[in-house]
Amino acid sequence: MDISRYMAVPLGLIMAPFLLGVINRTKAFFAGRDGSPLLQAYFDIWKLLKKDAVYSRTTTWIFRMAPVIGLAAVIIAMTLVPVAGSSLFTFRGDLIFFAYCFGLMRFFTVVAALDTGSSFEGMGASREVHFSTLAEPALLLGLIALSKLAGSFSLSGMFGGLSGSDWMGAGPAIALVAIAIFIVFLAENSRIPVDDPNTHLELTMIHEVMILDYSGPDLGIVLYAASLKLWVLGALIVNIFVCAAGLTGAVGLAVFAGGMFLLAVIVGIVESMMARLSLLKVPQFLIGAGSMAVLALILVLRFVK
Amino acid sequence: MNLVLAAFGFLLLGAFLSLFLAKHIKILRIAGPVSVVLGCCAGIIPAIISIIRGISESLCISWQIPFGSFSIEMDPLSALFSIAILFISSLSAIFGSGYLRHYEDTKNIGIHWFFFNLLVASMLMVVLARNAVLFLLAWEIMSLSSFFLVVFEHEKAAVRRAGWTYFIATHIGTAFLFVMFLLLGRKGGSLDFASFHLVDGTGTVACVVFLFAIIGFGTKAGFMPFHIWLPEAHPAAPSHVSAVMSGVMIKTGIYGLVRILTFLEMPPPWWGWILVIIGVVSGICGVLFALAQHDFKRLLAYHSVENIGIIALGLGIGLLGVSYDNPGMAFLGFAGGLLHVVNHAVFKSLLFLSAGAVLYSTGSREIDHLGGLMKKMPYTATAFLVGSVAICGLPPLNGFISEFMIYVGSFEGVLQDYMTEGPAVGGIITVASLALIGGLAIACFTKAFGIIFLGESRSQHCDHAHEVNMAMKIPMLVLMTACVLMGLWGSIIFDVMPGVTGLLTKTVIGGTGDDFFHSYKSILLNVTFFALALIVVIVLFVYLRSRLMSRKHQANAVTWDCGYLAPTAKMQYTASSFAQPITRLFQTFLRTTRRISAPDGLFPKSASFSSETNDFYREQVYKPTFNAMGSWLSKFRQIQHGRLNLYIMYVVLALVVLFVWKLR
Repeated sequence: MDISRYMAVPLGLIMAPFLLGVINRTKAFFAGRDGSPLLQAYFDIWKLLKKDAVYSRTTTWIFRMAPVIGLAAVIIAMTLVPVAGSSLFTFRGDLIFFAYCFGLMRFFTVVAALDTGSSFEGMGASREVHFSTLAEPALLLGLIALSKLAGSFSLSGMFGGLSGSDWMGAGPAIALVAIAIFIVFLAENSRIPVDDPNTHLELTMIHEVMILDYSGPDLGIVLYAASLKLWVLGALIVNIFVCAAGLTGAVGLAVFAGGMFLLAVIVGIVESMMARLSLLKVPQFLIGAGSMAVLALILVLRFVK
Repeated sequence: MNLVLAAFGFLLLGAFLSLFLAKHIKILRIAGPVSVVLGCCAGIIPAIISIIRGISESLCISWQIPFGSFSIEMDPLSALFSIAILFISSLSAIFGSGYLRHYEDTKNIGIHWFFFNLLVASMLMVVLARNAVLFLLAWEIMSLSSFFLVVFEHEKAAVRRAGWTYFIATHIGTAFLFVMFLLLGRKGGSLDFASFHLVDGTGTVACVVFLFAIIGFGTKAGFMPFHIWLPEAHPAAPSHVSAVMSGVMIKTGIYGLVRILTFLEMPPPWWGWILVIIGVVSGICGVLFALAQHDFKRLLAYHSVENIGIIALGLGIGLLGVSYDNPGMAFLGFAGGLLHVVNHAVFKSLLFLSAGAVLYSTGSREIDHLGGLMKKMPYTATAFLVGSVAICGLPPLNGFISEFMIYVGSFEGVLQDYMTEGPAVGGIITVASLALIGGLAIACFTKAFGIIFLGESRSQHCDHAHEVNMAMKIPMLVLMTACVLMGLWGSIIFDVMPGVTGLLTKTVIGGTGDDFFHSYKSILLNVTFFALALIVVIVLFVYLRSRLMSRKHQANAVTWDCGYLAPTAKMQYTASSFAQPITRLFQTFLRTTRRISAPDGLFPKSASFSSETNDFYREQVYKPTFNAMGSWLSKFRQIQHGRLNLYIMYVVLALVVLFVWKLR
C-alpha cells in the first residue's frame, strides 16, 4: 500500500542498535564526557559475532537455543507493529500475539539463566519474572484503552484509528496511556529507574546478570534482540503521537524515525537525571503504571463517546 | 452407538478381568492397560464423527429404577469431553503400565486396574448420560473409583488424610447436585434431561439451580473456594491417576455446569459476573499458591485450579455475551473456555506424566532436592518443557489458542457500544486478570522447569536418576505432538466449535451464522500463520547459528563464579528463593509461615530456614467451620451408646411415629 508498511521491519532491523548509541551519547553529554561513537552497538555486535565462544559445563541446549528463540519472537512481534499507521501484517487481536511473543522470549531468557546454575543468574531471573508479571497487565490495559478509543483491536487499527480530534476529546486518557506504556517500556528494556544496563552488580542484577554467562556470537544475538525489543516497544509510544498527527507514507516514516530518536534522547535524559529505584519500590512503580492505564480506561469508558 | 456400548463393554470386562487376574502379574500388566486402550479407541470414533459432522446420536432403554432410564446421547458437546477423556485416559493407562512396575511386589495391581477401568467408564457415562438418575449413578461411581485410586498407597498417613478430604469434599458437592436435579425434575415433570429444557432463566428456581450447580459441579472442578481437595489428592495419587484426575476428571464438573446452562434460557447478567469473579479468584489465587509450593505435584495441582479459573473466565464471558446480546463475546467466550478444557487436559496430563517420570526416577517430590535432570533425563525434561510453555499460554503451542479466543471475546465486549458498561467492564477485568495470570504462570513454570531440570543436582536423590522406560516415554511423546499440532491447527479445531457451543449460544446467534463464524475463523487462520512463521523463523535461526558456530572454537568452563574457588551445587538459587519476591508481594493472600533459626555467635554451628504455605481456605475457613460443627454434633453422641436393646427401641418408636403419621 504505502512505503511505511514495507519499510517498517527493515527500518527496525537496521536502526534498532542505533538507539542504544543515542541513549549512551545523551548520557555522556549529561556527564560531560564525549562518549562512545553513535554506532558503538553495531561494532560490538559485529565483534561478538566474529569471536569464539565459551560455555559453562553446567549448561544444556536450552542455554544455546534461548537467544535465537528470543530473536525470532521479537522479529515476529516486529512485523505486527505499525510504523506511521500501517504494519506489515495485521489481524484482529494481534496485540495479544504481540504481547505473548515477548512472553515467549522472557520464558527462554529466564530458563537459560537458570540453566547456568549460578545464583547470580537465578537472582536476575527471579527479579525479571517478578517485574514483568506486573508490567504485562499495565501494557495490555493501556492498549485496551487505545483500542476502545479507536474502535479496533488490532495494533495498526488501534493506532491508525487515532486522530488529532481524539487528542482534543480524550487527551488526558491518551497521555496517561502514553506514560503507562513508557514506564512498561523502561521496565521491559531494563532501563533506569528499574534496572541499570551498565552493570550486573548485585543491586541492579536483572537483565545484565541473566546474560552473564553468554559469550561470543550468542552474546551478540542477545544484544541485538534486546535492541530490537527496545525498538518495538518504543514504537508503540512514538506511534501514539505520530499516528494522531495523521502522518503516513514517506513523511510519516521520517517523522517516526525522528520520534524514535527523540524517545532515545528522553531515555538518556531520564537515565542521567534519575537514580535507580530501590528494588522494593519497583513493584509500586509498575503498579502505578497499571493504575494510570486503568484510570485512562475509566476516562475513555465514561466520558468519551 | 454400538461402538459406545462396545467401549463400555471393553472397560467393564477389563475391570472385572483384572480383579480376577490379580495373582497373574504378567497377564495383568498387559490386560489392565490394553482393555482401557481398546475401550478408548472404540469410544473415541463415534465421538470424533459426532463432533466433525455436528450430529448427535442417542439411545434410550427403559429401566427398572424409579424415574430412571438408560438414556445416553452423543452430541458435539458430549463428544468434545469424551474425546478428551478417552484420549488422556488411554495414554495415562499406557504410562501407568510402566509406572506401576515399582509397586508390583508390594501392592495388588489388579484392584488398581479394576478401579482405573471403572473410572474411565464412569467418566464416559457422566458426559453421555441424559437422565438424572443415570448421571448421578455414574457420578458416584466416578467419585468412589477415583477415591480408591487416590488411596493407592494407603499405608501412608498423608495419603489417607488426602483421600478423606477428597471423599468428603466430593460428597458435599454431590449433595448439592441431588437437590439441584430434584428441583429441575419437579419443574420439568421427569428426571430425563430432555424435559429440563423449558425452565425459564429468570425465576427463583433457575437461580437456585444455577447456584447449586456452581457449588456442586464447582467442587468437582476445583473452583476456589471449593478447591481444597485438589492440592491434597493430586500429590497423593499415583502420577498417571493424577494425570487422569487433573486432566479430565475435574472437567466433568465443567461439563455438568455447561450442560445445566443449556437447560436454562435467558441468563441474567449476574450469573456471568459470578463466573467471572470465580474465574479471577481461582485463576490468580491458584497460580499464586502454586508459586509458593515446594512439592511439584502440589504445584501442578494448584495450576489445575488456575486453569479451571481460566475456563470459568471464558464461560463467564460467554454468559455475559448471552445476557448482553453480544454474539462475538458469547461464542468466543464459550468456545475459548471449552477449548481450554481440551488443551488443559493435554498439557496438564503431559506435565503430570513427566512429573511422574521424575518421581519414579528420583523418588522425591521436593523441587529443592532436584536439579540438573536435563542431562540425565533429556526426554522427560523436553516433555516437561513443552508442557510448561503450553500451560503458560505462549505461542506457538496449544495453550495460546484457547486463551487467545477468550481474549478476543473480551475485546468484543470492550468494544461493544451498549447502554451499560457491563460487557466492557467484564472484558477489561478478564483481560487484566488473564495478563496477570499469564505473567505469574511464566514465573511459576520457569521456576519448576529451571530448578528441577536445569543447573546442578542439589541432593543425592538425583544421583541415580535415569531415563524412564518405553511405556512411559510413548504417552509423553504423543502428548507433546498434540500440544504442537493443536497449536498450529487452531483454525481447523475452530471449525468444530460452533457445533459444540450451539446449544449455549442459540439465542444470540440467529440463523446459520456462517458469515459470523467465518470472520472469526480468519483470525484463527492468522494465528496459525504466525505460529507457523514463529516456528520457521526459529528453525532458520537455529540453522544459521549452527552454521556460524561450526567454524568456531567452543571452549567449556565452569559457570562464572566471580573468582570464588569452591562453588558448590548448594549455592544455586532455589525454588523458594526464586519465588520469594512474588510471594512476599502477595503475602496478604498467601500467609506463608517461615521458621528461621539464624546463625548465632562468632562460630555458628547450625542454622535452618523453612517456609510453608498452607491453603488459606483450608486453614481459615474450613477448619474452624468443621471443628465447630464437630463439637456441636458431638452432643448427639449420647444417643449412640452401643446398647442394642435401646437401638431396637429407636427403630420401634420410629415405626410407630410413621404409622401414626400415615393413619392421621
